[in-house]
Amino acid sequence: MNMPGIEQIIALYASYAACLDEQRFNDWPDFFTSDCVYRVIPRENHDAGLPLATISLSGVGGLRDRVYGVTSTLFHAPYYQRHIISLPCVKGADGEALLVETNYLVLRTKRDQLSEVFNTGRYIDRIVMTDAGLKFAQKLCVFDSELIPNSLIYPI
Amino acid sequence: MTTAQTDDFATVWSGSGSSRIPAPVYTDPAIYARELDRIFYGPHWNYVGLEIEVPEPGCFKRTSIGERSVIVIRNRAGQINVLENRCAHRAMQFCQEKSGKVKTLVCPYHQWNYNHDGNLLGVPFQRGVKGQGGMPDDFRLEDHALNRLNVAVRNGVIFGSFSHAVEPFEDYLGPAVLACFDRTFDGRALVLHGYSRQRIPGNWKLMMENIKDPYHPGLLHTWFVTFGLWRADNKSQLIMDDHGRHACMISKRSETIDPAVTEGVTSFRRNMTLNDTSLLDIVQEPWWNGPTVCMTTIFPNVILQQQVNSLSTRQIIPVGPGAFDFVWTHFGFAEDTPEMTARRIHQANLFGPGGLVSADDGEVIEFSQDGFEQDQAFSAQCELGGRDVADSDHMVTETLIRGMYRYWREVMAI
Ligand SMILES: [Fe+2]
Repeated sequence: MNMPGIEQIIALYASYAACLDEQRFNDWPDFFTSDCVYRVIPRENHDAGLPLATISLSGVGGLRDRVYGVTSTLFHAPYYQRHIISLPCVKGADGEALLVETNYLVLRTKRDQLSEVFNTGRYIDRIVMTDAGLKFAQKLCVFDSELIPNSLIYPI
Repeated sequence: MTTAQTDDFATVWSGSGSSRIPAPVYTDPAIYARELDRIFYGPHWNYVGLEIEVPEPGCFKRTSIGERSVIVIRNRAGQINVLENRCAHRAMQFCQEKSGKVKTLVCPYHQWNYNHDGNLLGVPFQRGVKGQGGMPDDFRLEDHALNRLNVAVRNGVIFGSFSHAVEPFEDYLGPAVLACFDRTFDGRALVLHGYSRQRIPGNWKLMMENIKDPYHPGLLHTWFVTFGLWRADNKSQLIMDDHGRHACMISKRSETIDPAVTEGVTSFRRNMTLNDTSLLDIVQEPWWNGPTVCMTTIFPNVILQQQVNSLSTRQIIPVGPGAFDFVWTHFGFAEDTPEMTARRIHQANLFGPGGLVSADDGEVIEFSQDGFEQDQAFSAQCELGGRDVADSDHMVTETLIRGMYRYWREVMAI
């Protein structure tokens, strides 16, 4: 494999954030490989080796179900998200995959409300090069936030 | 938001019965203060955790009963203690870690040192330094133990009470609710799967109401309606203890659909299919003895969940009249196969703060609270299935909520 350069990796995160912040949720699964793993995990579970995740999806089909769930079935107050993602830290490679970690901060703005820190943590990712460009084979969103402010609806 | 504070509890709830609930019951700081006193710190059992969270002597976890911080710790003899997290010296909440393992409990401020039973082992400079200072002659270590709560442990589940006059746990639950408790917790070894924590900006009782309300799941929750996990045509049973304070909603998933219960229900999606069908890879377990769901509310602070293969305890920690922390502890059994463990964890996608079912419960509670706060003269209507309190063999009733408020009015003298 041709290892991607840091600019390509930065561009991947930038377009990932833009996709979510522009609420193009139907495009979100396209950032992942067909057999991907996507998990949003409280840090305390991750650190203690406990398997429970707040959201745990496998395969791009699972991601599509989640998108359908949040856009068509869940009742919730609407809100904007704003992702601030740090520069990627390439930790190494595992076969075809690059191991990349980035810090993230998600701000939430509900209608008529002040903006607030919604969720913060780090992405622990496996990135692979495919014919369709760079994709996440794994994205673990391990969040520091001790309490979720009520509910976590949209992907982060 | 400013809310009037009552100085006359007698006039808060003028009507009789428990089917019209006045807004101040959810918003008034004086009522909330009385709730802490009479309910959370009174003669009631409060859930504090599972024994597997403190597996060995010296292992502890920190949690709260009402707004008081407590430590659940196992002593050298293997017994569970619940100690108030407050140094007997200067009130320091000395324990700041959420869990861990210690030889003794030491308050870092002046190094007062307690054993796992909360007994004070020693204090620095008790007899002074070079004949100067020190504690008075009548200072006795045994007068300065940590506040040690009453504890009940049943089949791996731990409850604490600030009251030493509270009835035994089994009597507190009553035979019908105890049978539901023992259905899940029958003494099998448990395995901890992990936690989810959320802060819900609503009064704590709204969460108890939510799990005593079999009316909403078949309406609000698309996933329940569509996949038959909770629907008005499901065979079901609603039971309470004699006081009406605890309840169980027991039901069995329908494979077929009665058109009368989906007619006009906008959340029902006839053609909804999943890409990842493993989410609903439900496997019947022998201990269910039929029902696919059993939701138990133990007053005042815990909900025990069996929803198909997903198991959790959901602990309520009130933080003022208008908010509570909701702690989900998911677990399985030591006897589970790896496939069953994976299934339980996968089905957890339906529950918790991001759950495809539960996330909207938090949202509706928030907006109910907002509605109560905007007008103190309002009363909630709770009259589905009548105005009385009685067990039921169907779901079209709010009787369990009326049961809780009937008891609440007695305890609160409101
Ligand atoms: Fe619900």
